[in-house]
Amino acid sequence: MADPMRIRATHAAGKVDVKILMAHPMETGQRKGADGTTVPAHYIEKVEVRCADRVVLSADWGPAVSKNPYLAFRFSGAAPGQTLSVTWVDNLGQTRTDSVPISG
Amino acid sequence: MTSTRRHVLISAGRFFAGLCAATVLQPLTAFAARNAAAFRAPSPDEALAALGATGAQPSELIDLQTPEIAENGAVVPVVVESRLPNTRAIAIMVEKNPSVLSARFEIPEGTDPQVATRVKVAETSAIIALVQTDEGSYLARKTVKVTLGGCGG
Repeated sequence: MADPMRIRATHAAGKVDVKILMAHPMETGQRKGADGTTVPAHYIEKVEVRCADRVVLSADWGPAVSKNPYLAFRFSGAAPGQTLSVTWVDNLGQTRTDSVPISG
Repeated sequence: MTSTRRHVLISAGRFFAGLCAATVLQPLTAFAARNAAAFRAPSPDEALAALGATGAQPSELIDLQTPEIAENGAVVPVVVESRLPNTRAIAIMVEKNPSVLSARFEIPEGTDPQVATRVKVAETSAIIALVQTDEGSYLARKTVKVTLGGCGG
């Protein structure tokens, strides 16, 4: 299981600021390892951010998103204390979901 | 007695199977299908075609922020902000990467049309921000000079 994400969701001026840092190798499948063999592709393909059963952002990614991906955005219509949850799924079918309460 | 025990085991098994399906499979199946063809596209034109954005026009209303020079191509910060009304999706492309499309974000109602992330840039290249609205597709581009390639991971 991959390491937990670091998620910050802060309510300010009627909007929620979201900053996410995921732990993932994001291997392109084109890089050669120390022994000269190609390191197989391993990258996050899909990300979905939900707040109270509402999708507030969804993303499709390719292997060109940097290792340990960073993602920041902003949405409205949520209150402090509500739960924000982030799910990713990678090309090997591995998945991880982490949640935080929105701080305010 | 045996039949009762069996029933309990069977129903318990069903319960846990259901629980697993609900907690593990549900988020996977809830995701919309990914546009794999767009992510394989080797050129901006082919990526635009795969995203249904052929003929996207340059727009001053897209704010694309990238560094002018990236010392490390493996981690290039990109911010895209759209001031176009009814923005539905934002995509980031790197013209010289083997596959140009890096990421595509769907912006639902209530979410600001702005995303920030970091991408790999293999060599000095144009970064293209594509914004898809109800009215059409628009883009902005900026060149990032890379001193150390992004393929080293």
